[in-house]
Amino acid sequence: MADQIHSTKLQDKIERNVFLMLIVTALLLTVGGLVEIVPLFYLDETMEHNQHKEVLWQRPEGQTVNDWQAGEGVRPYTPLEIVGRDIYVREGCYTCHSQMIRPFRDEKERYGHYSLASESMYDHPFQWGSKRTGPDLARVGGKYSDDWHYRHLRAPRDVVPESVMPNYPWLEKNAIDAERVTKTMEAMRMLGTPYTDADIASVAEQVKGKNELQAVVDYLQVLGTMVKFDETKDYR
Amino acid sequence: MQASLEQKYNFDIVKWFTVASVIYLVVGTLIGVYIAAELAWPALNLDIAEISFGRLRPLHTNAVIFAFGGCALMATSYYSVQRTCGVRVWSDKLAWFTFIGWNLIIVSAVITLPLGLTQGKEYAELEWPIDIAIAVVWLAYGLNFVMTLATRKTSHIYVSNWFFLSMIIMITYLHVVNSLAIPVSLFKSYSVYSGVQDAMIQWWYGHNAVGFYLTAGFLGIMYYFVPKQANRPVFSYRLSVIHFWALTFGYVWLGAHHLQYTALPDWTGSLGAAVSLAMIIPSWGGAVNGMMTLSGAWDKLRTDYVMRFLIVSLAFYAMSTFEGPVMSAKTVNALSHYTDWTVGHVHSGALGWVAMVAAGALYHMIMKLWNTEMYSAKLVNLHFWLATVGAVIYIIAMWVSGIMQGLMWRDYDEFGTLTYTFAESVAAMHPYYAMRAVGGLIYWTGGAVMLYNTIMTIRQATAARSASPAAATA
Repeated sequence: MADQIHSTKLQDKIERNVFLMLIVTALLLTVGGLVEIVPLFYLDETMEHNQHKEVLWQRPEGQTVNDWQAGEGVRPYTPLEIVGRDIYVREGCYTCHSQMIRPFRDEKERYGHYSLASESMYDHPFQWGSKRTGPDLARVGGKYSDDWHYRHLRAPRDVVPESVMPNYPWLEKNAIDAERVTKTMEAMRMLGTPYTDADIASVAEQVKGKNELQAVVDYLQVLGTMVKFDETKDYR
Repeated sequence: MQASLEQKYNFDIVKWFTVASVIYLVVGTLIGVYIAAELAWPALNLDIAEISFGRLRPLHTNAVIFAFGGCALMATSYYSVQRTCGVRVWSDKLAWFTFIGWNLIIVSAVITLPLGLTQGKEYAELEWPIDIAIAVVWLAYGLNFVMTLATRKTSHIYVSNWFFLSMIIMITYLHVVNSLAIPVSLFKSYSVYSGVQDAMIQWWYGHNAVGFYLTAGFLGIMYYFVPKQANRPVFSYRLSVIHFWALTFGYVWLGAHHLQYTALPDWTGSLGAAVSLAMIIPSWGGAVNGMMTLSGAWDKLRTDYVMRFLIVSLAFYAMSTFEGPVMSAKTVNALSHYTDWTVGHVHSGALGWVAMVAAGALYHMIMKLWNTEMYSAKLVNLHFWLATVGAVIYIIAMWVSGIMQGLMWRDYDEFGTLTYTFAESVAAMHPYYAMRAVGGLIYWTGGAVMLYNTIMTIRQATAARSASPAAATA
């Protein structure tokens, strides 16, 4: 037995040299990640708007994100929506709500058209979620009135008795800091979101007098409404 | 003998990490019990932002993974690397730096997460200054570990250290790549990735945090402590070689199975699922190697309660690494994804495997480090049964609720319309959410028993030592 403590010469060598083991392991560990992640940045088919241009908002000259109309295509978030999104992240909404509809009959009937990759292209970070303790929110926009959302966020069980969602009474007590929103949009622009100077200049006016509750509802109301789907088309 | 060991090795660092880990087990699972209760009885959110489910849930996951799991890994790896290499840890100063640094990170998580300061990526919520601190402390730990191996007195590197090494490298990759962000203030930053790429990177991180932190790292624990506690050599050296390299190469690919049927391209999800199915071989390789180490000495399970923890943890490990590949098969995933089944699966790994194997190793170390028996063997046995029963109740509740949820969402009536509203499925979950909270509470009680037993053991050992100083130096 004593002379049989190694399975192969290579294994024996690796086991005797920590730095060799370090290098071999470090190289082996990169393979899976490289194969699965890197192509997503380069393959055109990953994003639907490379085949279907209308998925993306073609911004007319001189317009800001605030001028966009529902269905005109995926665009960066407006100042108020991006605040709402920050609050959505802060409150951990993603721990119970997904934003990713799968291409199944029941999901289509319950939530709407399956989600496209292009629809979350401006989401830093993505909010697809992993759990539906509550329903998917990818296309919640326009399904309920603003007023319903206000009541629901203040006290969910007032409108949905079965709900297990926490109340969010503090949202309407918090004002919005325009300076922070400007910084957020500038950071997004640095990361490649096509905000114009006029978009960023509109922050003060857009968030003036608004509270966090209104911002969250604005964000929820735009979810899933950006793309106008053609039911005869296969987007993937 | 003990005194010379204490001079030779740095046991103090191990002692501190051991005690910290037991404390974090109790704290982390207590938060878990509370948020489980919030889902069953939402009034418990008390309209207080800081304790609402969405903010406490990240604190629970961070507390159990990084506080409890991290301290358990550092305690066991600092202990076993010294013992298997026959040398003191390379740098005492660096070791203390990792202890203080890691605990400061945990404290900052406890403060920032309830305040809603988050990057919004699951299991990687902590904001950028804390992320940088994690990277620095982790690299210090890695350097200390590698250099201890480099200065070893033995010819070969023992198998438990391969797994710890693999974990250290992979966690460095994952943490650095996934946390890249642009800061806009001290407390807020935005991921540099977006949408589909961010999703893939996040789940590459998420699944490999499971694969390397909670699996490879804890397999390292298994490979040292199971043979030690059983007082027998590892069942098969060849099996450990094969399953180590297969696990190291293969686990990295699995993240994509979290994104099947999403907007991620099909090829990526399918690739992830295919490798996931194959992963049952290296996973079971580890489980078999651990369990068979006890072959010929199964009677130890009757008398050795610590051994019970180690062996039952391997049974849970085998069970959940069978369940995982099944759930990553596309047709099963279509049902299980987004449901409580996933939560149950995670907890069969976390409560059954990770925390049980850690508890076994911690008990083993407490007795060695303080050179004593446990204050009460009966309480170890009580902890074992509370943990086992609590975990089983938890898992069963989530199996039932998860599968029921999945079936209710896709159910059609005779008119071809959806049978249930979403709210009806939420209402149907209530009994199982209550059951889960009870299971969690039982599990938590076991942890509290362990903490009590640990404190009493240390007090007893310290008292005995100061009563007879001669014995300590003999």
